Amino acid sequence: MIETLPAILIGAVLVAVFSIIIGLLLMGFDRIVAARMQARIGPPLTQPFIDIRKLLAKENVVPENAIPWLFNLAPVIALASAITILFYLPIAGFAPVLSGGGDLILVMYLLTLPALALVAGGFASGSPYATVGAQREMVTMIAYEFPLAIVVVAIAWRLAAEGISLPFSLATIGANPVWGLVGPLGAIGLLILLVVLLIVTPAELSRVPFDTPEAETELAGGILVEYSGKNLALFSLTQGVKTVAMASLVVALFFPYRLAAIAGISGFLGAVIDLLFYILLITLVTFISVSVIRVAMARFRINQVVSVYWIYLAIAGLGGLLLVMVDQIMGVV
Amino acid sequence: MKIPSSFNRSLWVFHLNTGSCNGCEIEIVATITPRYDPERFGIRLVGSPRHADVLLVTGPVTRKMAPRARRVYEQMADPKVVMCIGTCGQSGGVFFDSYNLEGPVDQVLPVDVYVPGCPPRPEAIIFGVVKALEKLERLEAQQ
Repeated sequence: MIETLPAILIGAVLVAVFSIIIGLLLMGFDRIVAARMQARIGPPLTQPFIDIRKLLAKENVVPENAIPWLFNLAPVIALASAITILFYLPIAGFAPVLSGGGDLILVMYLLTLPALALVAGGFASGSPYATVGAQREMVTMIAYEFPLAIVVVAIAWRLAAEGISLPFSLATIGANPVWGLVGPLGAIGLLILLVVLLIVTPAELSRVPFDTPEAETELAGGILVEYSGKNLALFSLTQGVKTVAMASLVVALFFPYRLAAIAGISGFLGAVIDLLFYILLITLVTFISVSVIRVAMARFRINQVVSVYWIYLAIAGLGGLLLVMVDQIMGVV
Repeated sequence: MKIPSSFNRSLWVFHLNTGSCNGCEIEIVATITPRYDPERFGIRLVGSPRHADVLLVTGPVTRKMAPRARRVYEQMADPKVVMCIGTCGQSGGVFFDSYNLEGPVDQVLPVDVYVPGCPPRPEAIIFGVVKALEKLERLEAQQ
């Protein structure tokens, strides 16, 4: 546990730098993988870094009918809140920087903050395209919150049913991998919940097929339409950090395993192995829930996004929750 | 304005049709297909002029499109390059004596690179992008 203020500050800076670098690498990885799936060669792995450097060197245009302070503040808030999520998530077995203060419920609220900053920035840009995009982002947010909540509650409920205290705490979830607690029926339920969470992830990151708020071909970039230069670079960084945060959430909920602990390696070498294993896991999650889905599918209309989440995924999630509950009750009997 | 070296490997392109017959558009779309894959060099089509570094203009400029073309050009963030794709943008092409033409593209916008052809082949468009990069490098060297 990190307690003192200087230690928290150092940890915060480390997590911020780590998440930005890994986030941009993940975006580069996603672009290469998507290119290979389309029989292309694709950009180099460092392409997002080059893009960010170019954007930082470009002029920063603020439109005439925008609200300048909100327009410029939105990208900063988006990036800051995206990094804040990672302060509460365990990374590679290291305790979260702010481990004492928050649990899964707080993480769920924090996850909406970058999206809210995007919405505020979209409305502040004063462009009709951005306004439509911001409205769609709000609708998407309302749509995916429910299945996400089902997954979180299902896991916390299973831990609580085992008599474990603080079931929403990420440290508890990390210490008690949920797969070990359930029987075969519950494992099927958990698998369904995992799939639901993997399909919530692209909406959280506004990637195809749930990139309706940005919709490059119909809304010309939607929320981001008026952003250029430094502000656009900040939003790109946010995208990368959010990818790391969502992938880390999936890993923290469903795969809180540490390779070094299983293999019995401790010390510095163990930490390095843990870190590499964690990066492998989040890369795998990104590959499945971002790259594969976005290459395989076209964009949904906004009403289809809502029905996918509120009807199909909600039913699937509730079914998974039911299976987990039935499994627990049968186990007790 | 200082042009960073990262520009050479990350060009974002915005395409504007100022009255083209759609032939050049088809060739531009052919250029971004997997066969040529310009994303290898960081070249991407973007949806908003605010994000773009290169403005691809196709077709002669009609009277209605001239103020819009100027506006799109002004909306782009500096530093920026204008590329004129196709014969029509250079001379008016088959539409040269039409009553509703403002004139070739360079009467309206400061064009940096011309790609001739009716329509130009994808190879020619990629060659034009290379020329644009060379121009950027030359500007960089002058600073």
